[in-house]
Amino acid sequence: MPLPVTPPNIRAVTLKIDDQDLSAREDETIIEVCRENKIAIPSLCYLDGLSVWGGCRLCMIEIAGQGRLAAACSTRVAEGMEVRTNTERLQRYRRTIVEMLFAERNHVCSVCVSNGHCELQTMGQSCGVDHVRVPYRQTPYPVDSSHEMFRLDHNRCILCTRCVRVCDEIEGAHTWDVMGRGSDCRVITDLALPWGQSETCTSCGKCVQVCPTGALVKQGTSAGEMVKDQHFLPILARRRHAQ
Amino acid sequence: MSTPNKITVATTWLDGCSGCHMSFLDMDQRLVDLAQQIDIVYSPLVDTKELPDQVDVGILEGSISNDDDLEKAKTFRKHCKLLISLGDCAVTGNVPAIRNHFKLADVMDRAYRENVTLQPQIPTRCVPPLLETVKPIHGEVKVDVFVPGCPPHADAIWYVLSELIEGRTPDPSKVTRFGA
Repeated sequence: MPLPVTPPNIRAVTLKIDDQDLSAREDETIIEVCRENKIAIPSLCYLDGLSVWGGCRLCMIEIAGQGRLAAACSTRVAEGMEVRTNTERLQRYRRTIVEMLFAERNHVCSVCVSNGHCELQTMGQSCGVDHVRVPYRQTPYPVDSSHEMFRLDHNRCILCTRCVRVCDEIEGAHTWDVMGRGSDCRVITDLALPWGQSETCTSCGKCVQVCPTGALVKQGTSAGEMVKDQHFLPILARRRHAQ
Repeated sequence: MSTPNKITVATTWLDGCSGCHMSFLDMDQRLVDLAQQIDIVYSPLVDTKELPDQVDVGILEGSISNDDDLEKAKTFRKHCKLLISLGDCAVTGNVPAIRNHFKLADVMDRAYRENVTLQPQIPTRCVPPLLETVKPIHGEVKVDVFVPGCPPHADAIWYVLSELIEGRTPDPSKVTRFGA
């Protein structure tokens, strides 16, 4: 979904989030309003400056009068909407989602280059994941170290597609894409060529910086050394969309 | 020996590096306070050779990787009222579980044949056979409290034990996480 281009004459709507009366522009999403008002809402695939993906399901919220949950990142605000962001049910679902992410691939935090700087790790702690209740799948995934500057470890990928979106929407290279389904799903460079052989990659490193885990990292980093910097993103995103 | 009003604690390590026990010792002077309230009745840190019949709190470090680990975990579960998984190996499998990506025979070959220059052979005597899959403790027995971390910080261990001594249920996510 492309980022919404701001049309003229936007109306304001009023809504209630966790019993707070708030007003917002009608073209805003619930997650944007929450972030503006310092209402904590967890997310892993959503990143300010990139298009909406709605894949991680961590930002699910309850809307009064609707039986099913909605993703706060892909739901627009509406007049009179009543939203709950942190009910017991949502906490339970979020914890389960994070546990399943840990169980699906191989996130061995203690020896990960992103240990201490990982959004999945932090999310686990904030969702109260002190252990994983489902069995680990224990399936090995490949590591691609063919790029001279960066490394891709599929074992630590959560398929948030931030790399795919930043490469396409901000860098304009579209080196990254997604291949396969279910547990075979993985991010690829070019047409599943080794990253080092990619002809489209500009080696800008934006994918590495936006990756929430230790899946995309700089070569030569050791455990805990990979610190990411995403400050460039909102600035570049604004300039791109102003064009 | 244990006095009736003290909480009895037993600890042991399975497939781990003993780092969690070292972190336990890192509680430093707080160990003196702790000793007023708990009695360590069985542990690598004390000399007792047998686990008593009834223990209040059992603390396990390390994952379940061989027959002996499995036996110890089951014994601890049987004799301890409350069982704590201490550290990432016990809670997630952590580093020991990385071998799960390979067939056990290949792991043994790699360790005892391929990388050996003198008398390559698979050990069979006096060592427990490895299990095909390394599991966290709760993959085999029920665990009551999980304290992740590699190792969990001494402050985290102190917090958990203090809460238990006070009769409260600790929330370890407040003080520690995977890989901490």
